[in-house]
Amino acid sequence: MDASTSIDTHHDPHAHAGEHEHHELGWWRKYIFSTDHKVIGIQYGICGLIFLFFGFCLMMLMRWQLAYPGQVLPVIGPIQSFLDQHQPAAGHFDPWFLPRAFLSPFTKGVMTSEGYNSLGAMHGTIMIFLGVVPVAFAAFGNFVVPLQIGAPDMTFPKVNAASFWAFGVGGVIMLTSFFVPGGAAKGGWTSYTPLSDISDKGPGFHPFLNGQTLWLLGFIFLITSSLLGAINFITTIIQLRAKGLTWMRLPFFVWAQFVTAFLLLLAFPPLEAAIVMQLMDRTAATSFFLPAGMIVNGAPLHISGGGSPLLWQHLFWFLGHPEVYVLILPAFGIVAEILANNSRKPLWGYKSLVFSVLVIGFLSFIVWAHHMWLTGMGSTVSAFFQTTTLLISIPSVIILSAFFISLWGGSIRFNVPMLWVTAFLPMFGIGGLTGIPLAFNSADLYLHDTYYVIAHFHYIVAPGTIFGLFAGVYYWYPKATGRMMNEFWGKVHFWPSLICMNVIFLPMFLQGMLGMHRRWYDGGQGWTLSGEHIWGLTGFQWNTPISWAAWIMGLAQIPFIINFFWSIKHGKKVNDNPWEATTLEWTAPSPPPHGNFVVTPVAYRGPYEYSLPGREKDFTMQNEPVESAERSRRAAEPMLVH
Amino acid sequence: MEIPYTISTRPDTGLWNAKIGIWLFLASEVMLFGGLFSAYVFLRLDAQPGEWPHGLLNVPVGTMNTAILIMSSVTVVLAWAALKMRRYRAYWWYMLATILCGVTFLFVKLYYEWPQKFEHYGIFLKPAALEKYEQYLGNSRRTEKGMEPRIEISGHLHNPEALKDPNIKEYEIGLDPVYVDPNNPANDRPHFLYVPPTDHVATIEKEDVQRIDTFGPWHSAYFASYFTITGLHGAHVLGGVIVFVYMWLPVSKRLYQRNPEHLANRVEVCGLFWHFVDLVWIFVFPLFYLL
Repeated sequence: MDASTSIDTHHDPHAHAGEHEHHELGWWRKYIFSTDHKVIGIQYGICGLIFLFFGFCLMMLMRWQLAYPGQVLPVIGPIQSFLDQHQPAAGHFDPWFLPRAFLSPFTKGVMTSEGYNSLGAMHGTIMIFLGVVPVAFAAFGNFVVPLQIGAPDMTFPKVNAASFWAFGVGGVIMLTSFFVPGGAAKGGWTSYTPLSDISDKGPGFHPFLNGQTLWLLGFIFLITSSLLGAINFITTIIQLRAKGLTWMRLPFFVWAQFVTAFLLLLAFPPLEAAIVMQLMDRTAATSFFLPAGMIVNGAPLHISGGGSPLLWQHLFWFLGHPEVYVLILPAFGIVAEILANNSRKPLWGYKSLVFSVLVIGFLSFIVWAHHMWLTGMGSTVSAFFQTTTLLISIPSVIILSAFFISLWGGSIRFNVPMLWVTAFLPMFGIGGLTGIPLAFNSADLYLHDTYYVIAHFHYIVAPGTIFGLFAGVYYWYPKATGRMMNEFWGKVHFWPSLICMNVIFLPMFLQGMLGMHRRWYDGGQGWTLSGEHIWGLTGFQWNTPISWAAWIMGLAQIPFIINFFWSIKHGKKVNDNPWEATTLEWTAPSPPPHGNFVVTPVAYRGPYEYSLPGREKDFTMQNEPVESAERSRRAAEPMLVH
Repeated sequence: MEIPYTISTRPDTGLWNAKIGIWLFLASEVMLFGGLFSAYVFLRLDAQPGEWPHGLLNVPVGTMNTAILIMSSVTVVLAWAALKMRRYRAYWWYMLATILCGVTFLFVKLYYEWPQKFEHYGIFLKPAALEKYEQYLGNSRRTEKGMEPRIEISGHLHNPEALKDPNIKEYEIGLDPVYVDPNNPANDRPHFLYVPPTDHVATIEKEDVQRIDTFGPWHSAYFASYFTITGLHGAHVLGGVIVFVYMWLPVSKRLYQRNPEHLANRVEVCGLFWHFVDLVWIFVFPLFYLL
């Protein structure tokens, strides 16, 4: 060890020489192939938001088919009739081949059933793996975590860049799959076998460049990306915390990202194993997920058999359930930061929050089979998974309660980030509480695969996580750019989004309890049970207001997009700490330079010291030393001083 | 800007960054191979009687490969220790030995073990036809003894044109020794030494055949797992070898001259990876070759 320290000091001059070279980075190295955690975070954020909007567009198309089944779509219809009139002559180049390939889910402007399946599968895949995870974990984690712990960058900046580019390759592969013959994957976002083993195969499909195979290949890159990211996050949080920033002084956001990183690290590899196996099934004729005697289109498959479709479900949901917490925990973290900041109070129950998030992380690995009640598992196994599923609701409720109690008695500032956060709390509450009936085997047998399930998890992910993400964008935007986003247009974005979310998803609970199946491609038209009336409309008729709300919500995102880009140049200029917050990222300049801090920060206190008694300001930043008078006053409170 | 603790340790954790990084990576690798091994267990428990083959791999060759990998794990530690003692020359030789072990392992896999499988045929018989080929299967004795029935006859296919030509009504197969003398108790357990197909040719009518396939991944859930897991393991060995070659080349000597501890750290994390790859093989070997 002695040798190493002496050599390190010896080594220092070289390192500084290298640093000076780095200052001369060109535009490409600085903004595109960057290794700076802030640039990578912003890259992840913008790409993720674009993917979110793209995934939402797929759903807006599907909503037409559900509300007006079999009718010609607006916009798509005219475009496709134009393309049909401009068929290329035989042997000639088709200048419209790209839009023609992209519109393969439609025939004469009407959505086909395969097209509906394809859009549905890709909506789920893109929203979760290319939208929410990159924004919630990679974008906010990359941008905020090193700043909040007072680090100059991530521990492995090159690995960080590799993570982003692996994500980029995965995203491009997923997008490419829309243009291959036969269109994108159709097996649902869960890609259940044996269906996905045999779909997109046979005449008319390329052996490798087909929707499902590309879905699998794209996933391998996305998993690699999140693996590299997770390793980097955990190492950074362990190694690069500023002096004095002990574990119990970490902002809750950092804790949330820390646990999320562990979930990604340990839950994704079994899915990768499953994906490798499905890839082998599709390309090397193995039968991991195919039982013997499968008959497809009237002909027996030439396969060895001996596989199990259930194996895929186990491996998929072993990822799938922790993934739910990957989606929600970063949002919890964002909400905690903004809530404390705008209620001007310390976060209530910091320690309970930390332990709850750790317990959630652990329990989320042993609840996966509650997605599989319908597979007919034995009562012993289902009793185990029902118990763990109910147990995991305890820490979730602790977290939500702590958030609500934090509001109690605060002088709340309702700025735009806070609006999103206050909406998050009840929305997540609805999503969480409606999950409890699904945790019980007996109730789930009825509700499974109905719109009830759709409404339940969308309440968690859409007005839950995505509201949290919007809050985070508005909150940290001044740190990234030095300017505020426009307050008025932020509210124009917020209110229609909140109203539309509820018009979309509340009626789905009713549709689901009516028994309407989530995969009906005609929206349930003509099915007896969807003809039942609820509140004046039949189950099927409810599709129309839901769809209109979805389209209006699409329009409501336009103010956000304009606001986001307009404010980069024209937003109100602000100082380094416009929200008067306490955590370390606000001690860095806005935007922070390469290397982040002008003065290396030292933490002297906990993350949420708002409205300390006996102080002029109502916030005390983590890097403010504890004076002797305050120290003696606090002697009675060892928890705060540490 | 310099990232702290890339070479020296952080006082309160006692670790440098890459060491945490590699252990986290190995944790995720455990989950990856854990997923595959769980799949193996799942499929094996699910297999119908006679469907899970035994004794098809070459145990002495597998044992040799195991020894080679274990030896390479020793040499990589010696290489690291040599660096710590600042003896570059010794490091260079130990690293070379490690690389050669890795390459030998891959060579045996890719040029000896795998290709054989693609020339070896297995014929699965229709359940109704099992009786007809009793002389090769010896199932009545096996039933008596409470053993799983044989449903497949394997060996070297003498008329591969029969696979394509519908006018040829039967397969001629040079039997594996087990099927020549199916009632010999010596054949109840897999042979330790590899025995090639015999000259004893059996004629099997096509209408009795359920399926004929080589011993490729399409043959059975067993070979599907075998090729997937050993393939993925082989890819890890290859990755390790490539990294070791980089560390053995002159470019790393320059790093050694600048900061020997940095190179020692690199060898240490890659050595940890290498031990993990070795450890995976310690599971692969009994699961596929012995059990």
